[in-house]
Amino acid sequence: MSTVVAATTSSKATRVLGWLTLAGFALLVALAFAWVPEDTRITEQGDVVGQFDAVRLMFVHVPSAILAYTGFGLTFLASLAYLRWRTDWWDMMAHASAEIGVVFGVLTLVTGSIWGRPTWQTWWEWGDVRQVTTLVMVLVFVGYLAMRRIPADTAVRARRSVVIALVGAVNIVIVNRSVDWWENRTLHQQSTLTARKIRDETLFTLSFSFAVGMVLFAWLLLHRFRLAYLESQIEQLEVDEAMEERRAEAGLSDDSKEQP
Amino acid sequence: MLPLRVTAVFRDAWLIAGKDLKIEMRARVGINQIVPFAVTVLVLFAFALDTDQEALRTYAPGLFWVTVLLASLLAIGRSFAVDLADGASDRLLLSGIDPIAVFGGKAAAIAIQLVVLEVLLAAGVVLLFDVTVHRYGLLVCAGLAAAAGVAAAGTLYGALVSGLGVRETLLPMLLLPVVAPVLVGATRAFQDAFGVAGAEGWAWLGLLAGFAAIYGVFGALSYGALLEEA
Repeated sequence: MSTVVAATTSSKATRVLGWLTLAGFALLVALAFAWVPEDTRITEQGDVVGQFDAVRLMFVHVPSAILAYTGFGLTFLASLAYLRWRTDWWDMMAHASAEIGVVFGVLTLVTGSIWGRPTWQTWWEWGDVRQVTTLVMVLVFVGYLAMRRIPADTAVRARRSVVIALVGAVNIVIVNRSVDWWENRTLHQQSTLTARKIRDETLFTLSFSFAVGMVLFAWLLLHRFRLAYLESQIEQLEVDEAMEERRAEAGLSDDSKEQP
Repeated sequence: MLPLRVTAVFRDAWLIAGKDLKIEMRARVGINQIVPFAVTVLVLFAFALDTDQEALRTYAPGLFWVTVLLASLLAIGRSFAVDLADGASDRLLLSGIDPIAVFGGKAAAIAIQLVVLEVLLAAGVVLLFDVTVHRYGLLVCAGLAAAAGVAAAGTLYGALVSGLGVRETLLPMLLLPVVAPVLVGATRAFQDAFGVAGAEGWAWLGLLAGFAAIYGVFGALSYGALLEEA
C-alpha cells in the first residue's frame, strides 16, 4: 500500500520564493507609484497626450502576458517530453504550467481591458488582433484544462491532453507575432522595449516586474506541481483501499460458506 | 505510379468514407435533423436582427458560417457516436486499416456532409436574407476549403473526446476556438463573393487552404495514438 510522503506542498524553497515574491511585489508597487512618472508627451501642436497614470498598469499587464506565454510554452515542452518519456512527472508538469498560464492569461486580458478604457476609450477593441488572439489562446487552454479534469484513465487523459497542448502552442506564436504580422490591424504597440522608446524609470520598473513575475511563477509552479502529485497519491491510495475492501469482502463470504 | 502503401491508404480511406456516408444515407439524421436545425438557426438570426433586410444582407456571410460551425458539431458528434455503438470502433481497429486512412475517410465523409449542408444553407441565405452571389468561383472554392478545414479539425477533436462521458459538452468547447480562423477567413471570402464588403476573398482562401492542410497532416499523424485507446 503506497503512502503519502508529505501532505503539504510547502518546502524551504517555496517559502524562500514566497517571501521573495512578497518583498519584490512591495518594492514593485513602491516603484510603480512613487518613482515612475506618469506617461505624457507634448505633440507639435502643443497638446498633451499619453497614457498618463494608466501606464502603471503595464507593470502588471506586460509581466502577466509574459507569464502566460511561459506557462503555455512550458506546457508545450512538457507535453513533448511526455511523448518521449511517458512519465507522470511530465504530465503533471504540463498540467500545472497550463493552469498557471490560464490564470495569467485571464489577468492579461482583464488588466489590458482596464488599461484600454482610459487609453483607447473602450473596454474591448475587436479591431485589435493581439487582444482577440490572446482571448482565443486562453480559450484553447481553458479547453485543455477541461480535458485534464475528465475522469478517465491517466494515460488516456495524458495522451489526449498532449494533442490539445501541441495544437494550442501554435497560438502562442500567433499572439506574439500578431502585432508585426497584422501591423495595420492592431492598436497594440510593437515592442517598445527593444526599440528603447520608453523612459529609463519605466524600463527599469518593467524589467523588475518581469523578475518578480518569474519568481512568482516558480513559486506557483512548485506548489501546483506538488498538489498534482499529492492528488495522484490520494487517487492511488483510494484504489488500494477499495481493493483491500473487496478482498476483505471476498474473505468474509468464504467464511460464511464454511458455516453450517 | 503511387507506392503500394499509399494506394492502400487511399482505397481504405474511400472505404471508410463510403461506410460513414452509407450509414448517413440510411439513417438520414443529417437531412432529417441537422439541416432543419441549421435552417432554424438562420431563422432565429433573422428574428434576432429584427428582420432588418439590410442588416441581414450585410451580415449574411458571418451568420452563414456560424450556422455551419454549429451544425458541424452535430455532424462530427454523430460520426463518432456511430463508431462507438456496438463496438464498431474496436472492430475498425482490429481490421488493421491504417489510422491515416481512417482519419482521411472520416474527415472526407464529414466534409461531404458539410458541403451538402452548405449548398442547402446557401440557398436558404439567398432566399431568406436576399443576398446576390457575385463571384461563384470564390464561393465554391471557399466553401470547399472551409469544409475541408472544419472536417479535418473536427475529426481530430471528435476522436479526442470520443469515448469520454462528457463528449457533447467538451467537443464545442475544444473545437470552436480552434476553428475561429476558418470562421474569419470563410466570412471574409463570402463577403467578397456576395459583394457586401471589399474583402480580398482570394487571399483569405489561402488561409482556409493552409488551415485544412495543417490540420489534415497533424490529424493524420496523431490519429493512430488516439484510435488505439478510443
